[in-house]
Amino acid sequence: MNGLLWLIPLLPLAGFLLNGILGRRLSNLLVTTIALAASLGSFVTVLLCANGFSGGKLATLPLTAVAPQPWIALGALHVDFALVLDQLSLTMLLVVTGVGFLIHIYSVGYMHGDSGYARYFSYLNLFLFFMTTLVLAGNILVMFVGWEGVGLASYLLIGFWFQRKSAADAGKKAFLVNRVGDFGFLIGIFLLLANFGTLGFSEISAKLAASPAQSPILTGGVLTAICICLLIGAAGKSAQLPLYIWLPDAMEGPTPVSALIHAATMVTAGVYMIARTHFLFDRAPVALAAVAIVGAATAIFAATIGLAQNDIKRVLAYSTISQLGYMFLACGVAAYSAAIFHLVTHAFFKALLFLAAGSVIHSLGGEQDMRKMGGLWKKIPVTFWTMTIAVFTIAGFPPLAAFFSKDAILYAAFVQGPGGKLLWFVGLVTALLTSLYMFRLWYMTFLGKARSPEVHPHESPWTMLAPLIVLALLSIGGGWIGIERFTAFLTPVVGAHQQASASPHLELILSGAAVAVALLGWLIAHLFYCESSSRPAQLAAALPTGYKLLANKYFVDEIYGAAIVRPLLAISKYFLGWVVDFAILGGAAWLLAGIANFAGMILQRWQSGNLRSYAAWLAAAAAALLLFVLLAGWPQSLNLSLLHAEPFYNITVLHFGARP
Amino acid sequence: MNLDVPISWYLLLSALLFSLGVVGFLIKRNLITIFMSIELMLNAVNLSFVAFASQWHEVKGQIFVFFVMVVAAAEAAVGLAIIIAVFRARATLAVDRIDRMKL
Repeated sequence: MNGLLWLIPLLPLAGFLLNGILGRRLSNLLVTTIALAASLGSFVTVLLCANGFSGGKLATLPLTAVAPQPWIALGALHVDFALVLDQLSLTMLLVVTGVGFLIHIYSVGYMHGDSGYARYFSYLNLFLFFMTTLVLAGNILVMFVGWEGVGLASYLLIGFWFQRKSAADAGKKAFLVNRVGDFGFLIGIFLLLANFGTLGFSEISAKLAASPAQSPILTGGVLTAICICLLIGAAGKSAQLPLYIWLPDAMEGPTPVSALIHAATMVTAGVYMIARTHFLFDRAPVALAAVAIVGAATAIFAATIGLAQNDIKRVLAYSTISQLGYMFLACGVAAYSAAIFHLVTHAFFKALLFLAAGSVIHSLGGEQDMRKMGGLWKKIPVTFWTMTIAVFTIAGFPPLAAFFSKDAILYAAFVQGPGGKLLWFVGLVTALLTSLYMFRLWYMTFLGKARSPEVHPHESPWTMLAPLIVLALLSIGGGWIGIERFTAFLTPVVGAHQQASASPHLELILSGAAVAVALLGWLIAHLFYCESSSRPAQLAAALPTGYKLLANKYFVDEIYGAAIVRPLLAISKYFLGWVVDFAILGGAAWLLAGIANFAGMILQRWQSGNLRSYAAWLAAAAAALLLFVLLAGWPQSLNLSLLHAEPFYNITVLHFGARP
Repeated sequence: MNLDVPISWYLLLSALLFSLGVVGFLIKRNLITIFMSIELMLNAVNLSFVAFASQWHEVKGQIFVFFVMVVAAAEAAVGLAIIIAVFRARATLAVDRIDRMKL
């Protein structure tokens, strides 16, 4: 059973290697088979593990698999390449490999005919390899390997159409912004190592539990520092304030990639990491509050931007950032199981939203601007109905999946005390905005009149529609397990934090409020966008500053450009480029070259090619040496007494007999 | 062995011969003459070797002379071959005009 764990990451790795090395020479059918088999194999292995777990072998979790050789053994530092399967990683793996497999199928239709077909699927498998490594990691260093690896896969896939400059730039932006976060993560790892001497999750947890209440680790603020560093890492990967700027640009990648990496799985790695290291955050209340604040601020910030975007994928990107903010909010109020619950349902409905948006884009031949869509519902009915389910889900209507998970988060925030009430209110406003921008998207895309009659939309192939239908079913039913049972399932890993339910009435009231704001959002969207009315334009004209602020995404990119990128480029160009590189390094190199050149210019006169001049120099030098020895005597350091040493003398005397 | 002639005479003669060789090497232009000057220097050294061997009753010096002769013979063979090759290529044996590796 433990050996099976290795299969989960290694199968996609094999798929990556096969398609990556041989893919160009293989037929597209074979490439498809390899990629699908690798992801399906990984998914089936996870299912087998899950089945073994549910078959009454509860005691077997957590499963661990450790590589026979230690990975790093340096003095006191000992790190194994360890995989751990527990309730948390099992949940995450089911989502990653399950949704991943569906998106592989979808990609077959979406990427059909692309010249980089094999490259695309090898990258996709590479992503699955690193993501499963990240999830299964038994210590934080293995997790970091996966963490960096998914960043690499994300970079490669964002810039998949690298011939387009905007795509290449977006890939670079994602990579660089993630470096900032990863730097924080790395510092966190070093701090953990310095303070605990080990990197294993269970070992750190055990040490923390065993340390007395007055130990310097607990009281000195070290834990807070570690957690803040980890939060920076998580904020980078999960696109939270202030590092969210890469995710909207990441939409330059193929749409299935946006669905898999930049909506369902990779961007939730930050949430997963916080849940995984919850034992640290639990003891660092300041850091936990920071997580909650970052989450809530991101949720409402991104939702407002989403209101004024016209690119269908960008709306969804800001929606993803906003929903990730919800998950951070949940982590921040120590409701880890609610965060993971929302992560799971979000993976379903956001993957569905992206895939359906991809289907719309595909059917329109690459058009992403919602202002040119409209009236599509009759032309592409399957896409329309699945998208409708997704829109109602994300808006939070019962009994769809997100109703349960969003409710759990809002409830958990509400019962946290006065600060929690504020968080709850922010969450509620975000829910209103979410509903508003999603119905705006729905109306603009599918309903009303067709705004550009020259396009002839066609329904996508079944390879794209089948994953849509499966994800739609999951979006409907994914939340029916209920937060109570889900929490009970995860409690062995994330611990019991949830306060006992205060009163059933409170829960009902809060749920009612959430549904009410969702309805309100729908109503506003209906009034503004149902028919092609002039109301949005009027509103924009009435509030020119506000509209400009939203449409330009609060000018954050511009502010970062002026405050960070521009000075950095200036320093690089003028100081590093001219002073350090050109003057100092180049100057030193030129000086050395100049000395050699000058010496060569003088010395080359000796190399006249004239035999007699060489001989004359030789004779002169020999004469000079002779003169020196005659005048100054034989130098003491050149002792020739070795010639008179006993063994040498004996040999000559024995062999030649003569003796002076 | 009776040393009627003091060793300094041998050495003086050897030095004279060696200097003649050096001067010949430096002032002559013909390659063959230069070559002969080298032989002269080698044999001047041989003379001093033999003189010392006789002085110290050591056979080492004489053995050295044989080595030098062997090397000189080999050198003569190779050197003359090179001189012939040079003459064929350049139609001259004046060293002052043989000052380029490439033609």
